[in-house]
Amino acid sequence: MTIETGRPDNLAELLRAGAPALSARWVELVAAPLRGRVSAPELERELTELYAAVLAGVESGSRDVQAAPYAETRALLSDLSRRRARAGFTPTETAIGVFALKQALFELVDRAEVDGSLGDVAAFSLLLDNLGLLTFETYAKAREEVIDEQAEQLLELTTPVVKLWDGVLAVPLVGTLDSARTQVVMEKLLEALVSTGAAHAIIDITGVLAVDTQVAQHLLKTVMAARLMGAECTISGIRPHIAQTIVGLGIEFGDITTKASLADALRHALRRSGVDVVAAQRGR
Amino acid sequence: MSAPREDIPIGADEDVVRVRQIVRSFAQRAKLSLVDQTKLVTATSELARNTLTYGGGGTAVVELLGEGRRQGVRASFQDEGPGIPDLTLALTDGWTSGRGMGLGLSGARRLVDEFDLDSEVGRGTTVTVVKWSR
Repeated sequence: MTIETGRPDNLAELLRAGAPALSARWVELVAAPLRGRVSAPELERELTELYAAVLAGVESGSRDVQAAPYAETRALLSDLSRRRARAGFTPTETAIGVFALKQALFELVDRAEVDGSLGDVAAFSLLLDNLGLLTFETYAKAREEVIDEQAEQLLELTTPVVKLWDGVLAVPLVGTLDSARTQVVMEKLLEALVSTGAAHAIIDITGVLAVDTQVAQHLLKTVMAARLMGAECTISGIRPHIAQTIVGLGIEFGDITTKASLADALRHALRRSGVDVVAAQRGR
Repeated sequence: MSAPREDIPIGADEDVVRVRQIVRSFAQRAKLSLVDQTKLVTATSELARNTLTYGGGGTAVVELLGEGRRQGVRASFQDEGPGIPDLTLALTDGWTSGRGMGLGLSGARRLVDEFDLDSEVGRGTTVTVVKWSR
């Protein structure tokens, strides 16, 4: 191992000369913690591509990962990190993809298989650290995207419109009722009223933790819209503490029928549509 | 014991939900009854939304209070928005400068034990509420 002051070209030369050994060892190091969750040929293809991009960047003489010569490296890394994040890999498993190259180089220099000055190795180490940070940033961003998507999916999932009886629909609401959700609820309910021809709709708020003026306003608007379409709307699931809070706030539900439980609301709806529920008489 | 105080920046709709959750956990720690918990949570939900909608965002500070044998929760909402020109009008049921029901501020006052409104036009508004355990 010769110690000399690192001129930029030395590092490029080092990476070019050590390419086969370095990328082989790199793949090996990355493959170990991933334990077969990424197939070997796939990993090899990914890393060989990345290695070529890094080498091209280093050959340009620049050591700034944000500079133009590293554009391809950045694109490849972002893509890789995004895929890892989506596939549920941990941040460590993702970042090791970059940091393992450092270890591969250290090992190689240590065994004196390639000529590497301390300056070159340090410069490359710094470069890889910066690429590692880039990986992490992309990873975090991709995870945030996943969370956003899930939140959106949840919005769709948590507002089912169910048929309780012929002509009676129910919307059980759970959790927080904000403007976006109310819009979804209203649209789904109105669509269901049209498609089923139901004359009664029950909005059940047993699962809503707090009814403030915004929630109440949203509920009132939904009821009004259903009424405009000729359906009768009942709000059910108003528990004692919610009732007291609504009174305290001074919200008036006017002539809207409200019931303590979904069962009461169903009974009310059935009675209104002329169905009487009676207990079957035994021995007849 | 964890810190009996929490500062929550209010800048988006999600923050209103966060305020609600934190107030609820404080109210449980202060051993408020379910009715009182719900009242306080609803009041702070109104005030947090006011901070966001009319104050253009701000900060909520939730604190656990201990006074002898009773415990309580204090929540204060501060913004540097346009302020409230007419406090009496703002506290009137059904009056709103926006598109709400006009019950948030006046309703919140009825739901808590102590209510303090401090506003200066052009400087901002601070609303502080306290609910005690019984």
